Formats: sequence, structure tokens, C-alpha cells
Amino acid sequence: MYDAPKLSETRVSNNDIKIAARNVQVYYGDTHAIKDVNVDIADKTVTAFIGPSGCGKSTFLRCINRMNDTIDICRVEGDIRIDGEDIYDKKVDPVQLRAKVGMVFQKPNPFPKSIYDNVAYGPRIHGLARTKADLDEIVEKSLRRAALWTEAKDRLDQPGTGLSGGQQQRLCIARAVATSPEVLLMDEPCSALDPIATAQVEELIDELRQEFSVVIVTHSMQQAARVSQKTAFFHLGHLVEFGDTGQIFTNPKDERTESYITGRIG
Amino acid sequence: MTDFTASDAVPAPRKGSLLTQDARTKQRNAKEARFRMMGLVAVTIGLLSLVGLLTSILASGLSSFQQTYIELEVYLDPAKLDKTGNRNPEDIAKVSTFGYAPLIDAAMGAAIERVGAATDINAKAAGELISKEAPASLRDFVLANIDRIGETVQFDLLAAGRIDGFFKGRVTMETAALDRNISPEQLQLADQLKEAGILTTKFNWAFFTAPDASDTRPEAAGLGVAIIGSIYMMLIVLVLALPLGVAASIYLEEFAPKNRWTDLIEVNISNLAAVPSIVFGILGLAIFINMVGLPQSAPIVGGLVLTLMTLPTIIIATRAALKSVPPSIRDAALGVGASKMQAIFHHVLPLAMPGILTGAIIGLAQALGETAPLLLIGMVAFVREYPGGPPEGFFDPAAALPVQVYNWTQRGDPAFVERASGAIIVLLVFLVLMNIAAILLRRRFERRW
Repeated sequence: MYDAPKLSETRVSNNDIKIAARNVQVYYGDTHAIKDVNVDIADKTVTAFIGPSGCGKSTFLRCINRMNDTIDICRVEGDIRIDGEDIYDKKVDPVQLRAKVGMVFQKPNPFPKSIYDNVAYGPRIHGLARTKADLDEIVEKSLRRAALWTEAKDRLDQPGTGLSGGQQQRLCIARAVATSPEVLLMDEPCSALDPIATAQVEELIDELRQEFSVVIVTHSMQQAARVSQKTAFFHLGHLVEFGDTGQIFTNPKDERTESYITGRIG
Repeated sequence: MTDFTASDAVPAPRKGSLLTQDARTKQRNAKEARFRMMGLVAVTIGLLSLVGLLTSILASGLSSFQQTYIELEVYLDPAKLDKTGNRNPEDIAKVSTFGYAPLIDAAMGAAIERVGAATDINAKAAGELISKEAPASLRDFVLANIDRIGETVQFDLLAAGRIDGFFKGRVTMETAALDRNISPEQLQLADQLKEAGILTTKFNWAFFTAPDASDTRPEAAGLGVAIIGSIYMMLIVLVLALPLGVAASIYLEEFAPKNRWTDLIEVNISNLAAVPSIVFGILGLAIFINMVGLPQSAPIVGGLVLTLMTLPTIIIATRAALKSVPPSIRDAALGVGASKMQAIFHHVLPLAMPGILTGAIIGLAQALGETAPLLLIGMVAFVREYPGGPPEGFFDPAAALPVQVYNWTQRGDPAFVERASGAIIVLLVFLVLMNIAAILLRRRFERRW
């Protein structure tokens, strides 16, 4: 198994900006949910969003692949660029964007189809595989990346919903990486998992960092400390503090960050 | 372990013992017991009325699946059927059913003589034991088999309705004495014929295949045309209402913006489901028959009217089914970059399928039993001709099962009461079959997530 150094000690190895957000505002009807968020997310880095419930971290995450478009009353203002391209430009098709920015949800949500079809669905609709053999290869590669191959290889034709919770979440990760995205968004991916499954997924996230820019929303500060190199603290719709994980957890500059990290608010 | 003993120092319960119920608990328990009792009573009343309904229908209707026949050897006399002797079909067709009646009377006389039945009624009265339908069926046989003229052929001819009723207990010697259509002597003769094995009771296949018959010959009346008409209408409803309804629901549920207009449409669809069915009949009469000029009594018009009636049911069921699909599945599909349409057609629709199919079949079953709108578009007409094969047959006059029931209950002869109950049983069997289909489809398509 990949022998990771203590995760919080891993250095940010890359300073290329993958996602840049400027003055992002999000409104749900009359509610101003995200206020003036500016953030630069680096490539091949795990960035954690932390903060108390309802602070807008998930909302902001869903802005990055325009999942908020599916909510009628939601309105996004400001500028979010991926590789310098404005993703809210009129010319951008959200479907194309979501192929580039994969997402893993809070609750494991495999399709009620076979494990194979779950992983193969994305490549199929995007036409990534020309032959059955290509597709088989993508499925195997994705399941291996999600550390599910050894468990699933003999039951690829069985329903994905029959797996355990942790396996289901890893299946969802495999499904997300199968379309070869460049950014992987994870919305509290471990909140429905037991500690062992959580550990597996966390290890996986660190491996995924080799290839993707990973953004993870989490409720658990320990998890943020374990897996991320950069951390952003959200509070009441504001991005309060953003910096290296080690600095945020050991030497927060903002008083609210400190209160949250020490458990006084949250 | 030691037993509890009195010597153990146990403080007395502070607020009364747990072993006795206090007044409040007693009251609550009594309330619950009363509520359970009422539920039980309600269920019992429901079950009893169902049992009552079924017994009354089965008791009066089951006998329609049996029919009395008289077996006769009829000499197809060339002198009467083909006077020219050249076997020309046109000439033979000129002989009407009146030309055939004497042949049957003669065969009847011969049969009575053969079994040596003791009777003093004349040949004409003996001939009345046979249905008035018999000469027509004899004529049909001859026209189809001209080469058999001159032979003696064995026929199973329908017995008259009163004779059939006699063996089913509907007609007795006493009622026959008061009845101008039948006499006790004729009944006695029928008894003797039964003993001789000439008169037999058999399963009534003709009930499912024969067309309707006139007031004077209930024994010949069947559901053939009505069953075909109902099946045609169901096909039309299925082909039109299911795609239209599902498409409308998908649009309304998944694509349409939520605004005042869609709210209005939604309210109207719900209201449409509650519109009395006869109103749809008037609509069909005004639009499909008067404006568009479609033929009356035709399954196409019935099918269109029933489609309008079924659409709201299907739309409501489909929307409920679509709503019940967990949103996480939509998110999952959108999250891997599926378009909205791909998410719906690849993931949401298959999961909603059991609900949609159940709704569609319930809608169809409702349409199958619908009578009022069909009365208005002329499907209550007396139709003896089978409609042609689809699709041309959709424009031919036909009857429908529930309308046939209504029709028969309007007739004078008590034999039609039996027929009507029999038709109800057939209708109920169709409905049960459709519901079973709904359950099986549900099981087949149901997937866990």
C-alpha cells in the first residue's frame, strides 16, 4: 500500500492555480448565502472547506461545477474561472463542465445498476471508449484508483447498491474519476461512513491528489487536517480565512477561525 | 442470585404502583381499544359488502356460462333449399330463414318419434322448443357448405330461452302456465328430451364469441362484439394516453419552469381528473362526431374520449412516480456530466417505471369500466356485425362491455338479467387480469436503491 507521510505534513507541491474565484455571491431567493468569496485553488492539491453547518461551504462547492443551476431559485454572481476560463460564461455548457469537474456527494448514491455500469456510465455518455475493451480498461483503472478493484472485480455485474456504505462511496469516487476529470469535488464524502471506511477514503483522496485538484467539504476538522494541504474556513457565508492547512490549524490569524478550531463556535 | 424477600429494604413507590393502571392510562387504553374496534368494524363492513356483491353477481351470472342445446339430425332437403337443383349459391341465398324453419320442425318431430316421447302437443309447439336463432344458424351453415344439401347433418341447436331457463330454475311449471311463450306441456317434453340425451347443457362458448341478439332470443346473445370493441378502445387508449401522459408529466415535472402558468396547468389537470365522465361523452359527441365527423358507435371515438379521461390519471400517477425518485440519483447523473435529458431517460424514468405502469393500468381499468361517455357517442347501439380487423375496424360500429351490461339490463326478458350478470363477471375478470398485470409489472421493474 502507498506509504503516505503524515498527511498534514505533506507540502503543497504545486502552485499552479486551477480554480480562481473572485467576488462570488450566491443568493437563494432573497437569502444571501455566499458573500464576496475570493479563493485560488491550486492544481494537484487537496483543498478543504471547513466551517459550521449552513456556512455556505457546500453551496460554494456546488458553484464550481454549476450543480446549483439545477436549483431554480439559486443565483450566482461573480467570477469563477477554471484554467482561466469563466465557467459562468454564456457559451459554457454545464454538461461539458461537469465532465471536467467531477463530484462525489455526501451520501453514497450509486445508480441502481451493476457496478460495471455505474463506472462505465460516464465514459459511455461522453464517448470516451471506442470499444468494449477500452471501456473495460477504463472501468478497471477507475476501480483500481478508487481502491475497489480487488473487492469488486469478481462481482462487476452485481448491483452497486448491494455494496457496503464505504464501498458504495468508493464506487461513486470511481464513477467520478472514470470520466477523467481535472477537478474532483467532494461534498462531505465520509459523513455517512464508519471510521474504517473513512480511513480508506481519506487515503484514496491523498492518492487522487497526484492527478486531480481535489476540493473537499468536511465537517470534521481532524479530517481536514489529515487530508488537505490548503484549508478554507467559511463562516456565515464569508470566507474567513484561507491558507496552508498547518497554518490554519496551528496559527489561525482570524479570531473566528480560532474559536471554531478550538470548539467555541460551530 | 437470590430471590427477592420481604426483608429487602424496598422503599414504597412514591407515585402509586406500576402494577396497577392509573385512571389516565386506563382511559388511554380504552380509547385505543375503541379505535381498533371501529377499524375492525369498518373492514368487516367493507368485506361483507364485497362478499355480498360477488355472491349476488356470481349467483345470478354464473349460469350464463352454461347453455342448453338440442341435438337434432336435420335433413337438408334439396326440394326446399335449392328448388332449381343447380346448387347456385345466389338462388340458395334467396331462401330466407323462414324456409329453414320447417326443416327444423321436421327434425324435431322425427326426434320426438325416435325417443318415443309421450306428448300431445303439435309439431309447431314442439318446434318452439328450439331458439328462433336456430334457422339463421342453419342457413349460415348451408350457405357455407352448399355441397352438403341433400345430406342429413347433425346440429347442436340452441334451445329456446324459456327452455334454457327451465333447466336453470328460472322457469317453472307454474310460471309456464301463466306464460304465453311457453306451456307446461312443452316443458314436460323438454324433460323427456333431456332424459333421452337429445337435450344437453354445455359450456357456453358462444357467450364470448356471439354478437348481441334481439329481445326475443336472449339465448343467442353474446359478448363477442362488446369484447372486441372494448379491446380496440383499450388499444387506442394505451397507444395515445400512455406516451402523451408520460411526456406531459416529464415536461411538467422536470423541465417546465415553476410559475403561474404551470401552476394553472397543474390545477387544471387535477380538476380534469374529477370531471364527471358523462361530460367527456358530450365533448366527444360535439368534437369528434359533430365537428371532426368520425362515425358514431365507433371504437375510435370511444377510445379518444376514454383517452381524454385517462390522461389526467396517468399524468398524476406519473408525476408522483417521478417525484418519488430520490434526487440523489439525478445529482449523481448530472455530476458525471449527463445532460438533463440523459439523467431523466437513463436513470429517473427506469426507476419511476413501476409507478408509471401501475398508474397507466389503473387508468386503463377505469376506462374499461366506463359507461356514461360511451352512451353519448352511440356505443349503446344494437350491433350484430363484428368490426373489422384493426386499424379499419376502429371505425366500424361496435359495443363495449359495460355498455352491453347496461343494454341487457334494459331488456324485458328475465333471461337478460342472467346475461347481464355474466357480462359483469367477464368485465370483472378483465379488470382483475389487468390489476394482476399491474402487480407483475411492478415486481418486474422494481429495483432497490
